[in-house]
Amino acid sequence: MTRATLQALLSHWWRNPLQLFTLLAGLALATALWSGVQAVNAEARASYDAAAATLGEGQYDRLVRRDGQPMPQETYVALRRAGWLVSPVVQGRLDGVRVVGVEPLTAPGGIGPVDPVQGGDITEFLSGEGQLFANAETALALPDLNVILTPEAAPGTAVTDIGVAQRLLGKLGQIDSLIVLPGQPKGRADLAAVAPDLTLQPAQGGSDIGRLTDSFHLNLTAFGLLSFAVGIFIVNGAIGLAFEQRRPVVRTLRALGLPLRNVVILMGAELMIFALIAGVIGVALGYGIAALLLPDVAATLRGLYGADVSGTLQLRPSWWLSGLAIALGGTAIAASGALYQISKMPLLAAAQPRALAMAAGRQAVVQGVFAAILLCVAGVMMFTANGLIGGFTLLASLLIGAALALPLILDRILAASSKIATSVTAQWFWADTRQQLPGLSLALMALLLAMSANVGVSTMVSSFRLTFTDFLDQRLASELYIRTENEAQSAALVAFATPRTDIILPIQSADTEVAGQPTEVYGARDHATYRDNWVFLQQAAGPWDSTFGGQTVLINEQLSRRAGLNVGDAIVLQGTSFQIAGVYGDYGNPIGQAVIGEGVFATLYPAIIPQNFGLRMDPVAVPDFLTDLEATTGIRATQAVNQASIKAISLSIFERTFTVTTALNILTLAVAGFAILMSLLTLATMRIPQLAPAWAMGMTRSQIGRLELVRAVMLALLTAVVALPLGLALAWALLAVVNVAAFGWQLPMYLFPMDYARLGLFALLAAAIAALWPARRLARTPPADLLKVFSNER
Amino acid sequence: MNVKVFMLALFLPIAAFAQGFAGLGTDADGFSVPQPDPQFDFPTDHGAHPDYRIEWWYLTANLTAADGTPYGLQWTLFRSALAPEAGEGWTAPQLWMGHAAVTTPDDHFVAERLARGGIGQAGVTADPFEAWIDDWSLVGDWDTLRMTASAPDFAYDMALTAQGPLIFHGDDGYSVKSAAGQASYYYSQPFFAIEGTLQLPEGDIAVTGNAWLDREWSSQPLADNQTGWDWFSLSFDDGNKMMGFRLQQTDGNNFTSATWITPDGVTTAYTDGALTATPLALNDDDVPVRWRVELPVRGVDVKVDAINEDAWMTTSVPYWEGPVTVIGSHQGIGYLEMTGYE
Repeated sequence: MTRATLQALLSHWWRNPLQLFTLLAGLALATALWSGVQAVNAEARASYDAAAATLGEGQYDRLVRRDGQPMPQETYVALRRAGWLVSPVVQGRLDGVRVVGVEPLTAPGGIGPVDPVQGGDITEFLSGEGQLFANAETALALPDLNVILTPEAAPGTAVTDIGVAQRLLGKLGQIDSLIVLPGQPKGRADLAAVAPDLTLQPAQGGSDIGRLTDSFHLNLTAFGLLSFAVGIFIVNGAIGLAFEQRRPVVRTLRALGLPLRNVVILMGAELMIFALIAGVIGVALGYGIAALLLPDVAATLRGLYGADVSGTLQLRPSWWLSGLAIALGGTAIAASGALYQISKMPLLAAAQPRALAMAAGRQAVVQGVFAAILLCVAGVMMFTANGLIGGFTLLASLLIGAALALPLILDRILAASSKIATSVTAQWFWADTRQQLPGLSLALMALLLAMSANVGVSTMVSSFRLTFTDFLDQRLASELYIRTENEAQSAALVAFATPRTDIILPIQSADTEVAGQPTEVYGARDHATYRDNWVFLQQAAGPWDSTFGGQTVLINEQLSRRAGLNVGDAIVLQGTSFQIAGVYGDYGNPIGQAVIGEGVFATLYPAIIPQNFGLRMDPVAVPDFLTDLEATTGIRATQAVNQASIKAISLSIFERTFTVTTALNILTLAVAGFAILMSLLTLATMRIPQLAPAWAMGMTRSQIGRLELVRAVMLALLTAVVALPLGLALAWALLAVVNVAAFGWQLPMYLFPMDYARLGLFALLAAAIAALWPARRLARTPPADLLKVFSNER
Repeated sequence: MNVKVFMLALFLPIAAFAQGFAGLGTDADGFSVPQPDPQFDFPTDHGAHPDYRIEWWYLTANLTAADGTPYGLQWTLFRSALAPEAGEGWTAPQLWMGHAAVTTPDDHFVAERLARGGIGQAGVTADPFEAWIDDWSLVGDWDTLRMTASAPDFAYDMALTAQGPLIFHGDDGYSVKSAAGQASYYYSQPFFAIEGTLQLPEGDIAVTGNAWLDREWSSQPLADNQTGWDWFSLSFDDGNKMMGFRLQQTDGNNFTSATWITPDGVTTAYTDGALTATPLALNDDDVPVRWRVELPVRGVDVKVDAINEDAWMTTSVPYWEGPVTVIGSHQGIGYLEMTGYE
């Protein structure tokens, strides 16, 4: 009996392989989008966890020298002997690899991924010969060293004993920072009494790597949730289709005596099997998406934050399980409603495919109330939200509220249109469209979400790029930048270049702390380059005059926002107080920055000898200058970078930064198009009874088909009209709330009408392509089928 | 943390007992090995012996506050060598571990420190004598010593004054540890009067009492089949003192040894079998915190009872160490250390 029932149920798919395909493809696409985003996220997170575990970065307070220079090892011993539980760290670059030296006996939580049980030998680790722990990729860069492979090691990083690292990095007897362990003993001496030149950097300052990269992952997570929402719409559509079209089969089976319970169980089981198959396909597709995106994600994070993410993808159970869970869970949610309806269906009731749509009127009220509540929440959040959670709550309530409101808005527009329509055909068209709306609304909501996300994100990205390009023009004003290797080269460069350039601008900085924020202090030489090019967000009168005069300081927006400092406030550098004369935009910089005059800088940080120089000169003279420079001073041309190439590098970083975003945008749009296709297919077969009268009254089948196409495009157009303001609101939330919380600076918002027009065209195209085939099918409906509507009047 | 666990397996004789670690019991290549008839040279021998694999400066004290409350105190510095040389800088193959504890009738405070030799963070110098790790130190001339340790939840600062001579265990300080002949150099100063202040969460407490400082070093203190030990240092009310230990063996037998110390510091050593120690009761963690200890040749038959049953050292390699009371044929107080029970 069961077998016969199953055969009967499955025979539906044999007769309609296309429906089977859309069901499986819909489920698979939704799963793919979700699991692809999750895969990228999980992979990048795993890399950070490894990095954080390796370096203990951000988790602990640290002691560093005020002037940013390494401290002698004796300071470490003196602190330990004074009761300070600290652990030394030395780090540097060796053949492009970040080498981190730690002291395993005192380091908190030990040394992360380094597991001597798997190939390590503590005797050897602690001996001067030493072992380094790194992943396979990193090990290739260090062929001559004893590298133990540990896949968990942070990318681009090799961890070793502090003694070995000091030797490899040429930092014998030096320590870069001291990790302060939690749980310090009683009676510990004051820091000032033991090591007055050290300063305590608190854990989790506003700019550590974990918090910065979290913001990027929040962006990705937002996309993940969006894709999930779109995916659920699709799954819902697919399931609805499968059930709607099989109602007659169910009726027949039950009429033949099959208990309702069996029908429900068998249909549920069948769906779960499909969901599993589609889920597996979806996860595989997701893996493909992730594999394609990952190099870009890695480039993005490296470019934005200097964080290393390995460009390889590992299959992680967390995301393929979550992918399958989405497929099965989404199916279960979508199917439970449909199964419930079947269980409530009177035994011999005619399978009325329009019943669902008819009930939509009652739902509309509930939906409208929900939409209103969510949009109110969004409205309140717009004024009150600060922080990432608030920002994302705003985004979520805005998007969902708008999606729920969409069918109601469209319904109003269509009703208004039908009132002004004069011809009979037009009136029928509007009325018929309105009547179709409930069946299409899920797909249209998906399209709305996809489009508004697209508008929002592309506005943010483009605003960012525009601002950043201007910013580069300001900040990279010198024609040539040269890095010297030592003090002697610096002197030689200055002697050689002074008569041949307009001015030499030394670029010198010291790492310090301002109001608890890690900050780079720059000493700037008085020149028009600064006065002409820098744009201030806030400024006092004559900021450059007073700054070059040594009385004031200029700070970047990040420092201003994080430390709550504004023009007129004072900050203290090396014991000297400076009033803030200006706040400038400093996009892409994770930490605080302060600019003081060159003379004051030399007094406060006498140990710092500039080794980077910006040279203002005639761009045409640059090649000759470099040739002569090498011949005269031995400074190689490879130590010089001309402005154009720095700009190109910087721009390419930001170009790559949002490649991922764009790729995800296109995918979401494609998926939304697919949702429209399926909804139209669902409706097409059901709608013959409504089309037959129009045909009988003289409209040709091809006219009807064309109107179907127009209808789809028109609905997409209306959706696009709603999507545009929604997308702009989204962009505003991203720029003014999320970006400030995540990155520490606010971006000016620019509008890009051409981009929006192009996007609208894409959406219409997607809708047209999706509608093409259903319309064609309608146009080719055999007249006999249309006639049957009248003979079988139900 | 694996490095620490791994390192400590190398480190501690206690760990070696507990885990039957092969590296300590079996061979001693490159390292010096204790020989019979030792000729000690003081103060040099109070210092470190880097050519031996392991060594410790181990002080325990029974203390009493003004209100009569008994306290126990421990200060220990362990040295473990990866190679038989002192070395200098980060490559020095000497590792150091400090343990400090205060035991009250209701509480047990523990702290641990680890350090590399060769950079000055920890070490022992003989003349002037100083044993230190971080801010913990034991410094003085062995007639008087000052001892400090600190942790987040406790600290102490103690002054010690020797009231008698050094005493030597076994055969003039050559202490045999197994039937197969494993041995260590072992001497003690059991006659310290101690006074000072305990800083505990409830406040500062002035205390006085007796302290017992053990010095021991070796390269192969254990036999393969020995898995742990029970060590007693007992001070009887009649002025006599007794050190006794029982090494647990995998075959179910024990190897025992004892030293009888008269009030003026005259010692008598007793070889395997003279002493018996029998567990009478276990605490919640199955550690025997009540013992019957017998040394019939001296008429000793006493019950030894932990003042605080939960004196578990939650250090990298855990063990039990705490003050005890003694009743029976003799009355008194003392310290008990038990390893191999985790």
